[in-house]
Amino acid sequence: MKMKLQRSDKIFEYEVPLSGVTLLEALGYIKENIDSTLAFSSGCRSSVCGSCTVRVNGKEVLACAYKPKNDDLIQPLRNMPVLRDLAVDMDRALAFNKIAKAWGLPKEEALHVSGEDAKRNELQSDCILCSACFSACPVYAVNEDFIGPFALTRALRYVNDIRQKDIKPTIEAIQTNGIYDCTLCNECVPVCPQGVAPKQDIEILRNKSGIMGYFNPNILAGFDDGLNF
Amino acid sequence: MVDILIIGGGGAGLTAAIHAKKNGANVTLVSKTYPTRSQTCMAQGGINAAIGANDSIQSHISDTLKSAQGLADEELVGILCEQGIDAIKWLDRIGVPFSRDNGIAQRKMGGASFVRACYAKDYTGLKILHTLYDQCNAYDINMLSERFLIDLAVIDGKVYGAYLLNIKTSTVELLHAKSVVLATGGYAKVYGKHSTNHVGSTADGIAAALRAGAKISNMEFIQFHPTALKKSSILISESARGAGGYLVNSKAKRFTDELASRDKVSLAITNEMQKGEEIYLDVRHLSAKFINEHLPQEKKLADLYENIDLTKQLIPILPAAHYTMGGICVDKNCATNVQGLYAVGECANHMVHGANRLGGNSLLEIVVFGKIAGEAACAYTKKEMPACKADKHKDIPSQINTNPTVDFYKKRTELAEIFYTNVGVKRNEQGLLVALEYIQVLQDELKNMGVKNTKLAYNTELAEFLEFKNIVLVAKTVVLSALRRKESRGAHYREDMPNKDDNYSADTICYQENDEIKFL
Repeated sequence: MKMKLQRSDKIFEYEVPLSGVTLLEALGYIKENIDSTLAFSSGCRSSVCGSCTVRVNGKEVLACAYKPKNDDLIQPLRNMPVLRDLAVDMDRALAFNKIAKAWGLPKEEALHVSGEDAKRNELQSDCILCSACFSACPVYAVNEDFIGPFALTRALRYVNDIRQKDIKPTIEAIQTNGIYDCTLCNECVPVCPQGVAPKQDIEILRNKSGIMGYFNPNILAGFDDGLNF
Repeated sequence: MVDILIIGGGGAGLTAAIHAKKNGANVTLVSKTYPTRSQTCMAQGGINAAIGANDSIQSHISDTLKSAQGLADEELVGILCEQGIDAIKWLDRIGVPFSRDNGIAQRKMGGASFVRACYAKDYTGLKILHTLYDQCNAYDINMLSERFLIDLAVIDGKVYGAYLLNIKTSTVELLHAKSVVLATGGYAKVYGKHSTNHVGSTADGIAAALRAGAKISNMEFIQFHPTALKKSSILISESARGAGGYLVNSKAKRFTDELASRDKVSLAITNEMQKGEEIYLDVRHLSAKFINEHLPQEKKLADLYENIDLTKQLIPILPAAHYTMGGICVDKNCATNVQGLYAVGECANHMVHGANRLGGNSLLEIVVFGKIAGEAACAYTKKEMPACKADKHKDIPSQINTNPTVDFYKKRTELAEIFYTNVGVKRNEQGLLVALEYIQVLQDELKNMGVKNTKLAYNTELAEFLEFKNIVLVAKTVVLSALRRKESRGAHYREDMPNKDDNYSADTICYQENDEIKFL
């Protein structure tokens, strides 16, 4: 099987004499047998740690959950610095979790949570922070401070948690460079290996923000400039 | 200088960081990968606590002691089980999305007298880990990723920081701290592809502790999970057997109680394999609907790695190294014998698992002892302390052989095979001596091994070579400990001495002196 790997700005071809293996196993074969300088990230091999995300023919996948085909082009994720070959620096992307204030803010007393309550944020908490959505998001081309899909999904996880003492700090934190900067293009949804839909989560957060008295600044700007009210 | 340096970003390290910071310490946490990518995310089954209506702390204690086969400390098991209830309440309050029925949903695990393991779908570890990570952000804890522990900085038996390799740049950083907490995980990757673990379970903290003069214990006790996929050692969760799955041989015959404790099931499988049988997990009699609802991960992984549809086909399995009971000796405050150095989680031996860990007790251990370690390290830093001595940075990258004549990747694979064969589910004196001799030759050959890649940016070959050196050191302690324990107990089964012997009811404790492993 022939595989093409983007390393720095060049494309390298490798012949991997294996079949039926995962892309992660194929990359391991190249590193151990052909070129030990190849860099990529890996961890659990079973799709829960989110380390090995790369792009195959332009689409984000977990290397441990993808079986490569002849002539596939493997590239690093977008929207973050490449450390080397397929390994990227996640520091800046992960910092958006903190900017979004996506964390538990416990009430003083314990609370009974029903099965129905638990369903309210079960899917959002399936996120493994693999960054597939972050890489697929086109907003970063125009706004590198965009809080982005996974951090906004994480914000909704806590906003929708009935155990949360106060949701205002999180809602407040995602007004600027947050929910209104998303173009609702849906690129983040099909690439998620966990079936999470950040675009939908962002729409829910917009509605909640509206109910809490926050305004979409883009709409106000539209009235000002476009319609000249 | 910080008050506390925590090394390791899994559940134990994050919990220690939160509690140390809550108590007023200035904390930095470093990890060799990003915290949410740690081994903790792979824990599926659950976290034990006696919160069920009929369950009791006493029952949890007695199940744990029974499984430990005389090698656990009753007081510490008591702490684990009593504080377990508060640990679950705390996790619930900070937002862990547990599955729910009338309260937090619980399932039964092997060796438990009651339904005791609290779970969050098949993602219990993942969801606990991510929730703790979010709390670390809330507490504004300084987290530095891609930092590999080279060595602890120790003078006169007292720790004052650690030398870290910044993997992104291949530069060495000395981080000064009044106290250091090791939370670096276990050593099951000594078994390479015969382990269910994350690629990072390479004993870095245990090896560094040994070099720093710390004592370690019970290294011979390694838990083999009965059902890992044959080709890849990817874990098929115990829940497959819990739901009614059978273990069968090539003649489609069942041969053991599928729900006995892991040491017993792995031994039964190995006995069968030695008769020439292939072993399979059979879930075909469970309905496709049930499998799709309750075992979707297993279905996906069996398809991906074995190319089979488990609703119609048998799943080829093997036991694989899953959890390591041995580790750094700690007291009930998680303190090691090196002043200012603490250890917590799988890298430590908290004396609660003994000869065989119960499913659901390791997630509990990292939360309960994570809190204790964080608080104890914090109390230690509040004492009066002389300023630490400055030391020249260790220039590790420049000491690495860049013209290696022996390929360490090949040796890593060889060591894993020898370990799985000779230091696996079953051991005997002859096989252990073969493994020991291999390791001694390997240690001599290390000078001819090194790193071909001389580039500084994200040189993973360098990090993997340093991991390999740690594996070799720790592998030696495992073999030597297994040779000394001339009996069978829990996960340590000696074919040549198949019975338990009361002369061996003490811990196997060792340390390193002048590059030699010595035993107490």
